[in-house]
Amino acid sequence: MKQQYTITVYAEDQIGLLARITIIFSRRKINIDSLNTSSSEIPGIHRFNIVIDETEEVVKKLCKQIEKQVEVLKAYYNLNDEIIWQELALYKVPTSQVTEKMVVERVLREYGARVVSINSDYTVFECTGHREETDRLVKLFEEYGLIEFVRGGRVAIIKSSEGFHKKIKEFEAREPGEEVVENEYLSEQDKVFSM
Amino acid sequence: METIRIKDKEQKNAAKEAEKTIQPGATITGSQAVMEALIAEGVATIFGYPGGAIMPIYDALYDYTNRLEHILVRHEQGGIHAAQGFARTSGEVGVAFATSGPGATNLVTGLADAQIDSTPLVCITGQVFAHLLGTDAFQETDVINVTMPVTKWNYQVTDASEIPNTLAKAFYIARSGRPGPVLVDITKNAQIQQFEYPGYQRCHHVRSYRPKPIIRKEYITEAAKLINEAQKPFVIFGQGVILGQAENEFKTFIEKGNLPAAWTIMGESALPSDHPLGVGMLGMHGNYGPNVLTNECDVLIAVGMRFDDRVTGRLDKYAKQAKVIHLDIDPAEVDKNVKTTVPVWGDCKETLPLLTALIEKKDRAAWLQVFAAYAAEEDKECIQPEMHPKGDVMSMAEVMAALNELTNGDAVIVTDVGQHQMVACRYAKFTKSRSNVTSGGLGTMGFGLPAAIGAKYGAPDRTVVAIIGDGGFQMTLQELGTIMQFGAAVKILILNNEFLGMVRQWQQLFHDKRYSFVNITSPDFVMLAKSYGIEGQSIDQRAALKAALKTMLDHDGAYLLEVKVGKENNVFPMVPQGSSVAEIRLK
Ligand SMILES: Cc1ncc(C[n+]2csc(CCOP(=O)(O)OP(=O)(O)O)c2C)c(N)n1
Ligand SMILES: [Mg+2]
Repeated sequence: MKQQYTITVYAEDQIGLLARITIIFSRRKINIDSLNTSSSEIPGIHRFNIVIDETEEVVKKLCKQIEKQVEVLKAYYNLNDEIIWQELALYKVPTSQVTEKMVVERVLREYGARVVSINSDYTVFECTGHREETDRLVKLFEEYGLIEFVRGGRVAIIKSSEGFHKKIKEFEAREPGEEVVENEYLSEQDKVFSM
Repeated sequence: METIRIKDKEQKNAAKEAEKTIQPGATITGSQAVMEALIAEGVATIFGYPGGAIMPIYDALYDYTNRLEHILVRHEQGGIHAAQGFARTSGEVGVAFATSGPGATNLVTGLADAQIDSTPLVCITGQVFAHLLGTDAFQETDVINVTMPVTKWNYQVTDASEIPNTLAKAFYIARSGRPGPVLVDITKNAQIQQFEYPGYQRCHHVRSYRPKPIIRKEYITEAAKLINEAQKPFVIFGQGVILGQAENEFKTFIEKGNLPAAWTIMGESALPSDHPLGVGMLGMHGNYGPNVLTNECDVLIAVGMRFDDRVTGRLDKYAKQAKVIHLDIDPAEVDKNVKTTVPVWGDCKETLPLLTALIEKKDRAAWLQVFAAYAAEEDKECIQPEMHPKGDVMSMAEVMAALNELTNGDAVIVTDVGQHQMVACRYAKFTKSRSNVTSGGLGTMGFGLPAAIGAKYGAPDRTVVAIIGDGGFQMTLQELGTIMQFGAAVKILILNNEFLGMVRQWQQLFHDKRYSFVNITSPDFVMLAKSYGIEGQSIDQRAALKAALKTMLDHDGAYLLEVKVGKENNVFPMVPQGSSVAEIRLK
């Protein structure tokens, strides 16, 4: 069964790695629904969030292919109930329309939106939430002459994850756990080979 | 033709002056750093072709010709296939040079071939000046992005100071774990740039890179238990055994358990052909028993192989009855195509002995007899008729049989792609590992001749026979020029059926014999060879076969022998595409 999965990738911050990761999807004709790259809790390590609609079997194989890339440390995949996630959206609406029709108050109250910019021509609202929430606001603003809409990539925190720091610490232990062994050089940043 | 390598004396003298290793702290150019890196990595042979964007590197090479042998190929595709052939016979990293733009794009086929066949390569390409990147400069191609899907790793250097570390990393990544091709693209400014040389340090780990997964002992125990309980265990093995240098460990493993073992074309020669437990070749044109019995065994033990569709046939009817144990160094291979019962991640050089220690000695005479019965049937139905064809026209199989007799299985057999490849892999006998060099995963026509040149440099003391079709030979025959100039003593055996035989066979069997553009004419191969100063002859009489092969093998230097064979012979057995391995056809 296809479901929405969020893939979290920890990787070195290196030019070209994004392309190496995305071609793993495009080669298999899999559409990326949302993609976000950012720094992570560990300096120098990048974190990607990739959202796709696929079966678990496919997602698992994709993660193995991603982990196979030299610069990738780890790839996790999760269903929506295993993560805390948010998407940010911006909406540009004609100021005349929204003030006239008194929508501003409703939008701010019911949708938890914020006004980020306002001038005589247009107003920009921001809304952060799940897909349905940001979509609902699109519907509403369409009635008031929505000029522009954009949504950012999903950012997600894995509920059960204790982060990557723990793995680094565990490395000092005599018998590191399996996952740590897989990344045994993580804490040895100075000693390891990098460019 | 004489085999002495033609080398320019002036070049030699210039080289002597630069004999010493450059000390840390010296000011050198990026190009010199490239040379120092190659020497530090133990490279002795480079296959390459110069051009504008790589000229500073070639200029530096001029001073290193005493320590680095550079073979000037006739096409960059030939260069990279030669580097592949070199890597396959020597077990070392093959090195190829090419210039930017067209030079680099000519490498792509070889990179794809090396990527799918896990061949360790380091390719160095020149690139336009860094300040010209992205301007559509003369001979600028975005090589990094073009080669991304066909390299294990690639990197563009724009500053000379990056060169030592980048190349150290490149060699490490190419040869470690599951090997593969690496490409380093160096902009011309970085090649010219002077910098303070920090010395060369070889790379032993990259923090984000896990070349070998950890071995999980519980899986070894589980795998051993399955094998010990099995009535009909069957081992199938691939190139992983060769890449892991685990031939002895593998032999000990199957011998202790009395386990019948069949090879993929990439695994061929890891086990001597006459080993009593070796039951033959798997796959579309493999042997009868190994294919049929894949669907009858109770435990299937896959070692260092990746369940290519040419091996599995129809996947949903593949070994469904069996419990599957998969030993592989690449975790992404486990469960990729065939669901495993027990995954044994790790280098098989380490996992096989652990497994051997836990398996019991068993007599499996009855089970081995089943393989023998199938082999006898195949022999009667397929092999004998092919070896002794009615009529005067020779078959490819009888040429192979005659060749085996003369080489005693000690030769390196390099093949191109097509019917002759399948026949060669089916019939060639091997006594030593790393003796079967073929384009398995990509099926690259044109691979044979250049790969054979490289194979000879990788194994200079061995006889290298390149078995090539009339079609494939015409794809890279320009490399005869490389043989002419540098003297690689390659024995070229063209099996001429006047057809793109493999495609013709499919058209005959599956397209109502509608022969659409498979009829191919050839030049006079012998005259062609002679124009390159290479001796040769062409035969079409059985009576002449043995003597001709002997002449070829005994000749001091390269030799081309064309054997005219049956035009419309087919390769059997065959698992038709989309059929299960059990539906293998004998005719
Ligand atoms: C570069 C490339 N182009 C096309 C093919 C498809 N193909 C596979 S086998 C074959 C025929 C090869 O003919 P020949 O070299 O004469 O060998 P034969 O099969 O006759 O022994 C062709 C065209 C290929 N494998 N590689
Ligand atoms: Mg042919």
